[in-house]
Amino acid sequence: MLKIENLQARIEEKEILKGINLEIKPGEVHAIMGPNGSGKSTLASVLAGREDYEVTGGSIDFLGKDLLELSPEDRAKEGLFLAFQYPVEIPGVSTTNFIKTAVNEKRKYQGLDPLDAAQFLRTMKEKMKLVQIDQSLLSRSLNEGFSGGEKKRNEIFQMAMLEPKLAILDETDSGLDIDALRIVANGVNELRSSNNSFLVVTHYQRLLDYIVPDFVHVLYNGRIVRSGTKELALELEEKGYDFIKAEVEKETV
Amino acid sequence: MLNFADSKLEQIMQEEQEDILEQITNSDYKYGFVTDIEADEAPMGLTEDTVKFISAKKNEPSWMLEYRLKAFRHWQTMETPEWANLTFPTINYQDIIYYSAPKQKVAPNSLDEIDPELRKTFEKLGISLDEQKRISGIAVDAVIDSVSVATTFREELSKVGVIFCSMSDAIQEHPDLIKKHLGSVVPATDNYFTALNAAVFSDGSFCYIPKGVRCPMELSTYFRINAANTGQFERTLIVAEEGSYVSYLEGCTAPMRDENQLHAAVVEIVAMEKAEVKYSTVQNWYPGDKEGKGGIYNFVTKRGICAGNHSKISWTQVETGSSITWKYPSVILKGDYSIGEFYSVAVTNNFQQADTGTKMVHLGKNTRSRIVSKGISAGKSQNSYRGLVSVAKNASDARNFSQCDSLLLGDKCGAHTFPYIEVKNNTAMVEHEATTSKIGEDQIFYCNQRGIDTETAVALIINGFAKEVMNQLPMEFAVEAQKLLAISLEGSVG
Repeated sequence: MLKIENLQARIEEKEILKGINLEIKPGEVHAIMGPNGSGKSTLASVLAGREDYEVTGGSIDFLGKDLLELSPEDRAKEGLFLAFQYPVEIPGVSTTNFIKTAVNEKRKYQGLDPLDAAQFLRTMKEKMKLVQIDQSLLSRSLNEGFSGGEKKRNEIFQMAMLEPKLAILDETDSGLDIDALRIVANGVNELRSSNNSFLVVTHYQRLLDYIVPDFVHVLYNGRIVRSGTKELALELEEKGYDFIKAEVEKETV
Repeated sequence: MLNFADSKLEQIMQEEQEDILEQITNSDYKYGFVTDIEADEAPMGLTEDTVKFISAKKNEPSWMLEYRLKAFRHWQTMETPEWANLTFPTINYQDIIYYSAPKQKVAPNSLDEIDPELRKTFEKLGISLDEQKRISGIAVDAVIDSVSVATTFREELSKVGVIFCSMSDAIQEHPDLIKKHLGSVVPATDNYFTALNAAVFSDGSFCYIPKGVRCPMELSTYFRINAANTGQFERTLIVAEEGSYVSYLEGCTAPMRDENQLHAAVVEIVAMEKAEVKYSTVQNWYPGDKEGKGGIYNFVTKRGICAGNHSKISWTQVETGSSITWKYPSVILKGDYSIGEFYSVAVTNNFQQADTGTKMVHLGKNTRSRIVSKGISAGKSQNSYRGLVSVAKNASDARNFSQCDSLLLGDKCGAHTFPYIEVKNNTAMVEHEATTSKIGEDQIFYCNQRGIDTETAVALIINGFAKEVMNQLPMEFAVEAQKLLAISLEGSVG
């Protein structure tokens, strides 16, 4: 599915990713954890193709294609989805209209006819249940005036509509209360299958109680310094990031 | 988390926006062709003789010539208005040709006799002069340079008593109606450009809807400037008698030329008791090139009067063209319970300048007005909304709502709002809301991440922004206008 080798990226002169190696196979859920400033969101942004970041080395293979050669929109149409940490508001564009445009752009790319209004509505109704999103929300301008929870649910809803192969959840748990967290996690779990994969970026382990990962990686100072299973997340929770920092620094000395 | 890089990030984002902005301005004006038609022209320049020449060309009665000469003499005493937020070199009125008519051997008796070159021109513009093509169901008056070349569906309309013809024909055939209404809403002396127009106007459309008639089809006029160094000064007059209804559309295009060409039109609307007039414009005059060279100077006075009680006039405009736009479609709400509306989308790109808005003058009791203005600025353009809401002393219980929104693409353009409110009756309720927003790089990236490319994303955002106004347009026009918006801003993401 995704193979990242020795990925290095910077913003202006500042090196942020200093050689990331990561392989995600179909059906797997990987979690990336790490302290603030470790490069978690940068990794998500680089994968999605945000141009503020310059990739200075390494390679990313996505389903046999060189991901770094693809434009952000083509990455999306190839099946990469990013649930934003801060979903953007677009006044005047209804959520429904936005998603419909996105779905049909993807279908066009795949050589399929656009969905007609009835088909689209049917699919939408079905997926709405997954994240318990209200129809009235979807007729409003995209994310405008949405609460934090509504914005995150809308991200997962869009994910459900677009059926990506690889979904990256960038701190989707931030700003969510426990109920919203459960709804979002349930949505994700419903969508898990042996054909798609998830990369869950989070600061806290609590999300991983609901979305149980196959692998956990700890990102620190631009590198993956530990990889393990769910237990690693629990250990981090217990000991805090300082223990990793201390260990890593001891190793490098 | 990325605090250290905040300022850097901003800088990068800015550079990126500039890149994209450069791309946007690469769209071309697709109506920029010139038709090779032999023209019958007045000598360049403007004197009393020019006015007499035009009047003689049109075989006008003496009262019309008198009207023109009076206007001309008044114009000579006036000065170009300079209060608008526009910068342009002084116009030399002696460098303009005031009359240019496509030469036709004889006046056409039917549409079949129209010069094939002219026909082709309108076909290229996507306008059918063919009455057989009933599907569109729109009656068209086609005005090229100074004259009307064809009006379709005249006979069909006359069966229900609707008069739809060129202004020249109207002066000949309906002198009483013209004498009564011409200049009744916009007097020749109103402003510099109305005086000029009254002196030299050469054609335009006249439309009369008799009492109780609902006009069975949309009426439309397409204006085309073709000849070089020529100004276009057309005049439109719409009279809607008691209880009648008409929807009127106007479209405008011109060839690409290096010099600036002047367009100074006047539109007058009279709505009697319970009459309703809906006037829609898609203005797409040549806007000039990317360096700001050439383009039409569009100085237009449009005004309607709700003369009768319970009458309604609604202006909808989509302004994408012209190098300079100076235009304030207004409504005088004289009748009690009358309604005035103004819906506008004005797009400026490159070096275009627009100073546009409306005037709602509440004179009658219980009058209502609604203003929705959407300005979109890109490139190095300047886009101003200027609007007046006035409530007279006796206009009790007047209501106005104004909404002025501006959308910026990039950081080299400007959006300005100049609302004027004059209220002399304390029962009035006047509301004004204004917003300014910017298409951000983060919005574009969000769309990209969902598989929507940048061009489509901009079109989506722009159309969302302008939706409220677009919804006011007749269906066929709305589709055209939406495409036009996208084309005008092609590549101009910020």
